[in-house]
Amino acid sequence: MTYHRPEFRHPELPTNDLGYTRKEYEGAISTLCAGCGHDSISAAIIQACFELSLEPHKVAKISGIGCSSKTPTYFLQNSHGFNSVHGRMPSVATGANLANRELTYIGVSGDGDSASIGMGQFAHVVRRNLNMLYLVENNGCYGLTKGQDSATSDIGSMGKKGTPNPFEPIDLCTLALELGATFVARSFSGDKEQLVPLIKAAISHSGFALIDVVSPCVTFNNTATSTKSYEFVREHIEATGKTDFIPVRQEIMADYKPGFSQEVTLHDGSVIHLYKNDENLDLHDRLSAIQAIHKCKEKGEILTGLLYLDPDCQDLHEIIGSVEKPLRDLNESALCPGSKSLEAINESLR
Amino acid sequence: MKPTDIKDQEYFHKVVDCQYACPAHTPVPEYIRLIAQQRYTDAYMINWESNVFPGVLGRTCDRPCEPACRRGRVESEPVAICRLKRVAADNKEDIQARLPDIPTNKNGKKIALVGAGPASLTVARDLAPLGYSIDIYDEQPKAGGFMRSQIPSFRLPESVLDEEVGYILNMGLVSHFNHYVDSLKGLLAQDYDAIFVGSGAPRGRDLPKLPGRKEGDKSIHVGIDWLASVAFEHIEKIGKRVIVLGGGNTAMDCCRTARRLGGDDVKVIVRSPFEEMKASAWEKEDAIHEGIPIIENHVPLEFVHEDGKLVGMRFEKVNAVYDEDGKRSLVPTGDEPVLYPCDEVLVAIGQQNAFPWIEDDAGVEFDEWGMPLLNAQTFQSSCAKVFFGGDAAFGPENIITAVAQGHQAAVSIDLFCEGRPVDQRPPPGSSLISQKMGIHEWSYDNDVTTDEREIVPLVELTSALQNRRLEVELGFDVDAAFAEAERCLNCDVQTVFMDDKCIECDACVDICPMDCINFTVNSEESELRQQLRIKAANEDQDLYVSGDLNTGRVMVKDENVCLHCGLCAERCPTAAWDMQQFYYQVTKAAPLLVK
Repeated sequence: MTYHRPEFRHPELPTNDLGYTRKEYEGAISTLCAGCGHDSISAAIIQACFELSLEPHKVAKISGIGCSSKTPTYFLQNSHGFNSVHGRMPSVATGANLANRELTYIGVSGDGDSASIGMGQFAHVVRRNLNMLYLVENNGCYGLTKGQDSATSDIGSMGKKGTPNPFEPIDLCTLALELGATFVARSFSGDKEQLVPLIKAAISHSGFALIDVVSPCVTFNNTATSTKSYEFVREHIEATGKTDFIPVRQEIMADYKPGFSQEVTLHDGSVIHLYKNDENLDLHDRLSAIQAIHKCKEKGEILTGLLYLDPDCQDLHEIIGSVEKPLRDLNESALCPGSKSLEAINESLR
Repeated sequence: MKPTDIKDQEYFHKVVDCQYACPAHTPVPEYIRLIAQQRYTDAYMINWESNVFPGVLGRTCDRPCEPACRRGRVESEPVAICRLKRVAADNKEDIQARLPDIPTNKNGKKIALVGAGPASLTVARDLAPLGYSIDIYDEQPKAGGFMRSQIPSFRLPESVLDEEVGYILNMGLVSHFNHYVDSLKGLLAQDYDAIFVGSGAPRGRDLPKLPGRKEGDKSIHVGIDWLASVAFEHIEKIGKRVIVLGGGNTAMDCCRTARRLGGDDVKVIVRSPFEEMKASAWEKEDAIHEGIPIIENHVPLEFVHEDGKLVGMRFEKVNAVYDEDGKRSLVPTGDEPVLYPCDEVLVAIGQQNAFPWIEDDAGVEFDEWGMPLLNAQTFQSSCAKVFFGGDAAFGPENIITAVAQGHQAAVSIDLFCEGRPVDQRPPPGSSLISQKMGIHEWSYDNDVTTDEREIVPLVELTSALQNRRLEVELGFDVDAAFAEAERCLNCDVQTVFMDDKCIECDACVDICPMDCINFTVNSEESELRQQLRIKAANEDQDLYVSGDLNTGRVMVKDENVCLHCGLCAERCPTAAWDMQQFYYQVTKAAPLLVK
């Protein structure tokens, strides 16, 4: 009996700008159920970080509790990681980000971790526009506790238990749009062609970026009656369009049809290009995004792709005017200015 | 592309690179697993069934399997397949009881084998258990052919050869040793139902026109004849300074033998560049290790004499120049010719076929190069009851090729003697069996080690050079053999894909360490090779393509660097992937001999 991933990789594995192959972005072998959508998302994160040539030691991955929140073990094993408390990933991410704004923050959460126990935390991290990728691995059930319906499960959807879900689902994308999120996208674990550029765009966005990824639970929620099964999602998927992520310095080669395409330049100079399926969708218009989501929902479809993006937003650091350097780069006198400074602050508040 | 037809035995056969490359198609991974389990006798018998001379081949095989070994594409060195075979031979128990029974009631058919080398002995091994009466002829006093006369005992101890030749001679063969067959017509006139010619390629090439050849005749020897004379103890020493001409394995055997018979200053001088010499890399290494320089790019000009005695050879220096088609020509550098002093010269520049004993009107037709006209599959000549095999068939090759041809000739002879058409041959045998034992459990060791190739220990050099009978290689001990066996990737345990079960969850794609697996839109093979996760550049390796899946895509697996680790099957939620052992047995006269 063995359960190891062999050390060998394809001898012709490509390298990125740092000279790394994808292997340098991998993690431990997954212990999730075979066929879990979450593993595909981990693979997409690995691919995106590799393609962005991120230095692994400049990435922090933070998670809560649940199947989804186990996954940071399975990617970027050379990066920082914090597997935190159930539903409390946003607080830990906020603290870490405030202490060191120079890292790339990847928060991984699930539908239980975000839409149930962590709902309050989720709402506030959106409002604060914390510079991070917030990725929800959404399978519509509590896989780790035998597949009970979660808060994102659609009305009438029925998993392995065989009882239709009686409650209204929470749509994390429309909720985030309401709460002022500056990057909102939805995707499907089984569509890496869409997911990888979205992750790259989200990481490059300076502000809060939500990607709600429908990720089938093969064990408890991959039934013919579930709306989050591989088959159902594949049959009912509708995309806002094809997303291209064009990194800084790279020439735009594709020939886009006017009217159906929209281009957004991010803060770092990289460009997101959406080749739209629906002419009426405007990436800069929250209302248009919310409408598009609802329209699809009425038709029983799941709208995926990039939904909304505000590249010129201010992130939490800019809003509160925090110090520009990471705290670890400040010397003792700057970090602990002493009692005189404290007195001055107290004095200013009297 | 069309879906891959895995019911076609040849598809999975080709995936087992070593077995596919082996002329006799020995089931390599299966016996390597048995070695790892210390089941040496079982490992030996699988070999014996397939290649007849495991102990001999475990020391002397040209190893076409090793350059083919998939591990060589994954890391720098292939599995030491050949030396593992020797481990099985060295550590086996008595196998007498497992050898096939020889019927006392014969089948009434009688055949003659001309030459007692590996090809003839293979025919005998395959046909004797079926009840054939077999006469075997050889001009030498003992059987073995070139295995005995040309391979020096420091590479192949006589006892090993005697043992394996003995298993066959003891199958009730009637031996006619010291008996040179001088007439095919004479044999045809006897009551043989079929005749097999396995007389080898007995004539060494010489340099008859090179100036000084005649005058120096006493000190100039044709390599294969000289080696035979050493083997049969007609020659026991050689001069101190020896030049060996030629760059093949015979040249390597000549120079190393010369070192042991008193040659202190032995050189190999070869026309071609070192890299292009025909000798196996390891044989060149062994020669260099024994203090024998290999001088490349030197074309012989003349033998030089003084007072009627050979004193050296003159050479012209050349450079290898290649034209647009890659064709080589050796162009003189323009330097002064160089003289290498020597006392004796061994000419090992190739071998030729020769059939002086086959009369023009015997019914066997020959081509313009003096080679018999044969059917390449059946080895039947234009005289229906005469079959050829080994070096006698298509020119000098090696032992394992001779064995492979012997098997096929035996099939033909059996069909012929039964009065059936020789070209309607029974198909090869194969089986495909799941190895699944549990969720993460397989009946083979699917963990892939990163251990590097084990090095075979050698006997200390000084003592090796003092005794031509002392085997140089010591072989792997049990621990090294286990470590080496574990390097095998078990390529015979196939990744079998069942497209009706696949839900396209990508789990296999994500886990595959080698990026072999793809789900993509189908297209022509050349396009498909370009559009995979990692381009399938090695066109010698097939693509495994499924039927259409639910999304309209297909699964495409590039077989090239698959580690057969089984993770695709472990991570598949629907068991659309399974690891199944493919066992392939080449067509033989008696499908299964070993008990």
